Amino acid sequence: MNVIVVGLSHKTAPVKLRELLMVPDSRIGEAVKRLMAHPSIHEGVFLQTCNRVEVYAVTDHADDGFSGVQEFLVDTHLSLSAEQLLPHLYWHAGDRAITHLFRVASSLDSLVVGEPQILGQVKECFMDASTHDASGVILNKVFQKAISVAKRVRTETRIAENAVSVSYAAVELAKKVFGNLSEQTVMLVGAGEMAKLAAQHLVADGVQQVFLTTRDSLRARDMADRFHGTPMPFEKFRTYLYKADIVLCSTGAPHYVIGPEDVERAVRERWNRPIFLIDVAVPRNIDPAVRQVDNAFLFDMDDLEKCVERNRDERRKEAVRAERIVQDEVGIMLRWMQALKATPVIIALRKHAEDIKHAELQKVFGRLGMLTPEQREAMEHLASGIIKKLLHGPFVALKDAAQMSNGSMYIEAARHFYDLEKHLVAKDSVDVRGPVDRKPSGGDGLPSASAPESAREKVSE
Amino acid sequence: MIVVFLQLTLGFYFLGTLLLLVYLLRRSDVLAKVALGMTGVGCTIHTGVLVFQVVSGADAWRVSFQSALSFFSWSLVIVFLTAVFLQRLYVLGSFMLPLAFLALVSTAVLPSETQALHPMFQEVWIHVTLSMLGTVGFAVAFVSGVMYLTQDWLLKSKQFNLLYAKLPPLDFLDRLNQRSILLGFPFLTMGILTGAMSAQITFGAYLSWNSEQIWALVTWAFYLVVMMGRVTVGWRAKKAAYLTVVGFVGVLLTFLGVILKGESFPISS
Repeated sequence: MNVIVVGLSHKTAPVKLRELLMVPDSRIGEAVKRLMAHPSIHEGVFLQTCNRVEVYAVTDHADDGFSGVQEFLVDTHLSLSAEQLLPHLYWHAGDRAITHLFRVASSLDSLVVGEPQILGQVKECFMDASTHDASGVILNKVFQKAISVAKRVRTETRIAENAVSVSYAAVELAKKVFGNLSEQTVMLVGAGEMAKLAAQHLVADGVQQVFLTTRDSLRARDMADRFHGTPMPFEKFRTYLYKADIVLCSTGAPHYVIGPEDVERAVRERWNRPIFLIDVAVPRNIDPAVRQVDNAFLFDMDDLEKCVERNRDERRKEAVRAERIVQDEVGIMLRWMQALKATPVIIALRKHAEDIKHAELQKVFGRLGMLTPEQREAMEHLASGIIKKLLHGPFVALKDAAQMSNGSMYIEAARHFYDLEKHLVAKDSVDVRGPVDRKPSGGDGLPSASAPESAREKVSE
Repeated sequence: MIVVFLQLTLGFYFLGTLLLLVYLLRRSDVLAKVALGMTGVGCTIHTGVLVFQVVSGADAWRVSFQSALSFFSWSLVIVFLTAVFLQRLYVLGSFMLPLAFLALVSTAVLPSETQALHPMFQEVWIHVTLSMLGTVGFAVAFVSGVMYLTQDWLLKSKQFNLLYAKLPPLDFLDRLNQRSILLGFPFLTMGILTGAMSAQITFGAYLSWNSEQIWALVTWAFYLVVMMGRVTVGWRAKKAAYLTVVGFVGVLLTFLGVILKGESFPISS
């Protein structure tokens, strides 16, 4: 039993190829069914985000699985050929496949390391697979583990702590000056995209009051609607500068629109309360001489970039710690999968014992003739008790042995001692498909109703 | 026996201080937690010593300058522990614990004969306690002022380093500065009043113009001006931070005055 992954990501394939493989949400079910139709694939999860398309599967032999998934990917789009796709794919099996998934879910493989969206996307794709009855015992466990690993990475490292976008860096800096942003007022000067983005972040972080000013009054009204702000005539904004705690400046003007004397006056009128100015315009709109004004903090594009660069460094350092967590968890996962090897033998052994019990009881009942229901029950109870006690030791030993490197020897020995071959053949399909969670689909191909529910519960914990 | 416990306290404070200073340069939170543990243990022993000194009673009115400093040091540690408990503000300790440690060290260094006041005034501990509580307020203001100026400088020079990441927002530091002065001032006022009363009893005059009294009055007037300046002409943020740092020098000079006075009026009776 192997877990494999085949896919491509922003690291291996250009967007024009990735977009060909994207399946629209409405057709996910169809795609999953097509994947599961391949005889070598027992379980499958189809993971797609704007940066990656991957298929996770459980197969008997990794190579069969690889070719199955490859076929599936090539068939996704009519215009795709295998020659076109193959150079961009990566293939992992076993511990490497699990490591890959854990890294993806923890956002260690993302374009922006530590970005938060990927975990949600992993959950969603896993749920899609559950809904369509494509994931079974193994992938359920692996994906649930991946989700918990991602959460652990999030809480135990600072990988997602600092801003790595320029617009968000402005918010972070503002917080270093003001602490709580909910009592602060923002003034947006000009309508540059970057400033609007930063304003949006500020509002999302609690800023209540926004003043806006542009040369184009129509645009000012537009923006006022967007931020629930108050428009202000451009000619007068310098007079009202003192009202703003945070000034975001991004006009198209080729010269400075705010000078040191404006800021000095504002600070004076603010009774020396600090004022925070961000100049995201190129060419710059705020005179760099403003830096000399006490209690005024001016940051331009370069400063914000510097801040972001530092945070990226920080994230890279935290990523090293996160990788260690992932390695730990992969180890735990592998031990669980090892233990799974003993499952078919354990089931077969139990079945074997039950058969013997049943046969022997029938014989005894026949010989003894009339027995009261109580007496029959007592005898059944006795037989069950003996079996349970007798098998407890071997079961524990098998589960333990499965986790050791020479575990397969023990499992082989158990098969041999108890002559389990006939039970195992009968049970093989259960082993492959997963004996507990998986419910057979109806003849019309509709998924059973309860499977997605249980999966959803597990995911949403 | 007391000396042994005080030395133990000093040892723990030293370790706490050292770890908290290293914490400023490291990203590990574990350091801060260990430092907190050390400081906590030190503080427990310190509390025991103080309680013992009060309960044992013999010295109750013979408050030495040493025990006053010891109390000052203890109060600073309590403020730090409270700040960590309420806000997880370990970084405050990196600036405050060195001060507490130095205050306690100076009790060991100073000549043991330095006595705060003549034992004739039996309620002298009130004067000392009040003055020390006022001083604690100014010490916290001083620490927040230093932190403010550091963070201001880091922001201005765009040094987004670990220290920048650890220091609290400017606004928070400014408020801490204001509140600690507001809290410290009434205590110092009452401390000075009770001090004047004790001087009246001891020397027959409220004011004898020794260096302790002069510096105490200068300090008091200075903080009064700082407080008024905030509400009337906007002495806040960077200016307030500078002023409180300067004001604390006045506090230290008052301490020096106490020591000098102790030497000029040896109480041998």
